[in-house]
Amino acid sequence: MIKTDILIIGAGPTGLFTVFEAGLLKLKCHLIDALPQPGGQCSEIYPKKPIYDIPAFPEILAGDLVSNLMKQIEPFQPGFTLGERAETIEKQDDGSFVVTTNKGTKHHAPIVAIAGGLGSFEPRKPPITDIANFEDHGVEYIIRDPEMYRDKKVVIAGGGDSALDWSIFLTDVAESVTLVHRRNEFRGALDSVEKVQELKNVGKIEMVTPAEVVGIVGDDAVEGVTIKRGAEVFNKPCDHFIPLFGLAPKLGPIADWGLEIEKNAIKVDNTLDYQTNIPGIYAIGDVNTYPGKLKLILCGFHEATLMCQSAYQRIFPDKRYVMKYTTVGGIDGFDGSRKEAPKAVVKKIE
Amino acid sequence: MKDITIYITDRNGVTHTILAPTDMNMNLMEVVRSYELAEEGTIGVCGGMAMCASCQCYVESDHELPEMSHDEDLMLSEAFYVQDNSRLGCQLFISPSLEGLQVTLAPSDV
Repeated sequence: MIKTDILIIGAGPTGLFTVFEAGLLKLKCHLIDALPQPGGQCSEIYPKKPIYDIPAFPEILAGDLVSNLMKQIEPFQPGFTLGERAETIEKQDDGSFVVTTNKGTKHHAPIVAIAGGLGSFEPRKPPITDIANFEDHGVEYIIRDPEMYRDKKVVIAGGGDSALDWSIFLTDVAESVTLVHRRNEFRGALDSVEKVQELKNVGKIEMVTPAEVVGIVGDDAVEGVTIKRGAEVFNKPCDHFIPLFGLAPKLGPIADWGLEIEKNAIKVDNTLDYQTNIPGIYAIGDVNTYPGKLKLILCGFHEATLMCQSAYQRIFPDKRYVMKYTTVGGIDGFDGSRKEAPKAVVKKIE
Repeated sequence: MKDITIYITDRNGVTHTILAPTDMNMNLMEVVRSYELAEEGTIGVCGGMAMCASCQCYVESDHELPEMSHDEDLMLSEAFYVQDNSRLGCQLFISPSLEGLQVTLAPSDV
């Protein structure tokens, strides 16, 4: 069981900055994120795009913002559970919480801060009739163990990096690899596109473009897919169909935690501390909603700051505390490091 | 600059007559959100970067539209429910030439 003071769900900019503000109050944080790397949308969707409304940064790339935040919170030694989705929450008798991920990792904390953005990123599923019946029976949206495709016939659909990269990878594993895409052009990195072209030329990848998988053939398990290319519709026998159409955020299991939900976001009653209808659970950043809400990173930072003060009071109801400026108090890292403003040097003139 | 009138059919099939400003650098996705014609969280998911297809719409009128950028074209190549008249709302900026535009929102894929 991982124990911490504030369990943060979502390692996007707001979740990361929470670690800093909590650290100033000597509260330890642990973050859970469904993605394998921190940064949320900034890392997953637009790392190379500039942001212009971070105060004091006239321009910063989203990826650089995340790197800077990681550096800023380093002294406070946050823990990370990455690549796992927060699945269930149980309130304990003492008012604390246990959050369990989809992989069974348990986390215990008196405070839970949900900074989940638009939700956890999950594979986009194509709207093919009955596709849900074939999930884990030949339809996989994520490749967990490439070995399961050994000597199998595989059809991959999609035009991005993951479709290209997995097509390339599986040529060494599978009996046959077919890549179906609606266009002849691909969105992926140039060298991946070129590699697929080479493999196509030597007959290791069969390309079906411009075409679309419109149906699945089989009773209990995938026996083939139906492909539509222009007016032509045909069946292609295969053992596995792997649609790789990228990820989209979904609120997911958090929606069933008994929190008040409004407009696909978690309602917080007030802007005093962004607490939800369950005391001890806060919602900050894009995941919350309240009158006047703006989904901006800078607002998430503000919300995280106020939330941490409230969390401190909740953990230590009898302690008095006033906010301290970092310029005055410096930063005492949990790693023993200390940052502080240089003291004035006084020198006498003889 | 004056507002223009556009006609937006929402995901429930209801057509709304909407006034959209031409001087606020707004795009069609933002207009839909400002009038709350689609549920928050199901439209404009990527914020308007042509990196998701949650604002996909079908252009029903024969307006001459700005040419598709590479980004929009490629995003639509991976979107679901795509038709010949599909566009991403976030890439259609409200300008006087869009007076009378008729669009239907594509089904949500979120």
